[in-house]
Amino acid sequence: MGMTITEKILSRHADLKEVRPGMLINARVDIALGNDITAPIAIAEFKKAGGTAVFDRDKVALIPDHFTPNKDIHSAEQCKVVREFAKEQRITHYYEVGEAGIEHAFLPEQGIVLPGDLVIGADSHTCTYGALGAFATGVGSTDLAAVMLKGELWFRVPEALKIVFHGRMRKWVSGKDLILYIIGLIGVDGARYKAMEFTGEAVGSLGMADRLTIANMVIEAGAKNGIFIPDDVTRAYVQERAKRACSFYTSDPDAQYADVIEIDISRIEPQVAFPHIPSNVRGISRVGDVKIDQVVIGSCTNGRIEDLRIAAEILKGRKAAPCVRLIIVPATPEIYRMAVREGLMEIFVDAKAVISPPSCGACLGGHMGVLAEGERAVATTNRNFVGRMGHPKSEVYLASPAVAASSAVLGWIVGPDKLGGGGKS
Amino acid sequence: MKFKGRIWKFGDNIDTDAIIPARYLSTSDPEILATHCMEDADPDFVKKISRDDIIVAGENFGCGSSREHAPIAIKAAGISCVIAESFARIFYRNAFNMGLPIFESGDLWTMISDGQEIEVDSDEGTIMVVNSMAGPVRINPIPPFMQELIRAGGLMNYISKKET
Repeated sequence: MGMTITEKILSRHADLKEVRPGMLINARVDIALGNDITAPIAIAEFKKAGGTAVFDRDKVALIPDHFTPNKDIHSAEQCKVVREFAKEQRITHYYEVGEAGIEHAFLPEQGIVLPGDLVIGADSHTCTYGALGAFATGVGSTDLAAVMLKGELWFRVPEALKIVFHGRMRKWVSGKDLILYIIGLIGVDGARYKAMEFTGEAVGSLGMADRLTIANMVIEAGAKNGIFIPDDVTRAYVQERAKRACSFYTSDPDAQYADVIEIDISRIEPQVAFPHIPSNVRGISRVGDVKIDQVVIGSCTNGRIEDLRIAAEILKGRKAAPCVRLIIVPATPEIYRMAVREGLMEIFVDAKAVISPPSCGACLGGHMGVLAEGERAVATTNRNFVGRMGHPKSEVYLASPAVAASSAVLGWIVGPDKLGGGGKS
Repeated sequence: MKFKGRIWKFGDNIDTDAIIPARYLSTSDPEILATHCMEDADPDFVKKISRDDIIVAGENFGCGSSREHAPIAIKAAGISCVIAESFARIFYRNAFNMGLPIFESGDLWTMISDGQEIEVDSDEGTIMVVNSMAGPVRINPIPPFMQELIRAGGLMNYISKKET
């Protein structure tokens, strides 16, 4: 009987000929990730267990990105713990503010995570790297400590859920809309403990940015990992970035799936997830009148250059509505540089946007965009739980960069088709 | 292991932002985290609870972030164990790794209300509602590997022991 791509990567890293769903395995880890929130606990656990040296200084990535630039003394202390540990352990992939980006945009961009890798991260959106055809999953800080010590970790082999995409996306529809639609369809625990494998003839037309967005949000359906079979799009993306060898795995034709969901993506319109759960999804035509106070375009979900280009296309010659604060967060310094070069920054500043440094701050209500009581935001981020972006009585509506930028212009939630000819092209 | 305490009931999909909001994550000090435990689900939770109380929740408890601050906050607040219809997978891992006892039970939630007392016997795999005529409620069996983690006292102890 054949194996899925997820099963193949796990079996290879566990030195087993085959694995089956439900099996508990110990597997080698290629890259282990921590950030300024989760790494301090892992470092404390590592030291408490008598750890003196990490298993491989090239395979641990420590990225201070959540409360950076430091928002207060406590967060500065947390970053200091990570910085000193990275220095003491001579961690190769430690990046300081100014060179670091939002971890899940930064690691693929820099070729630090590659197809065929087994990646764990003490951050739930570690699942993003499945877009490359890697097995990547979020774990806790103690798991990270164990991997820093031993280079391996226990896993339960997940069942797989196959999502088959057919058709072509409509204008202004993106990977964000596809994954929001799926979460709306199956619910926030619809893929609990499972591997979500994205396949079908329409996948070839999805660029890497869309794939990264889709894989990023599988955790919002409870999945263990999300994964795409590497293809020419993957090859082109990885070629210019990889500094080591990587492996392209594929699923066998007779691999077993717990369920298969077929989706005609040409029927999907831009989607919006209403408060306070990512599965509370409606098509843009059924949103109604929702007035907003703030728009955030960025995050590990939608802070890539492709996202900023879409936002700029809509914002060009237009301004954010008087009542709206527009915050744009390029996810990495490289994206920032490209946005400057391509003239996107000028469009954003002219549109009254404020440009944030690469940071997770706004997405999780940490800093640089916190909401007051009763305020509403449209965000291209990934979670809209109670209090996610600030006051427990604030509201977050999740959407694509196209919907977020359009909403910023009008001051209520709309798609780009509602803007008319106000912009200059 | 046996646990006895008053229960506090929560619904489905209690996320980690509700268990410990991100605005408090500039520290990992368990005592400070404990003072904000469950704050965005019930702002008065820490004022109401006593040591050894038990959280009983619906489906998918602990969904969202990987933050281990969530089980740390619950444990440091004095909650003895969490019983839910199901757990989100990272929270499930974290709880066993760091030593917060959690149990799955599909039947308990509908039988009880806030303030009632229960007795959990994890060796027998049963929950009794105190002062109730109802019979024992079954806990879903804990997988053997997770039992090993519990016996070792968490993941770090488990991997150190494995080496010797």
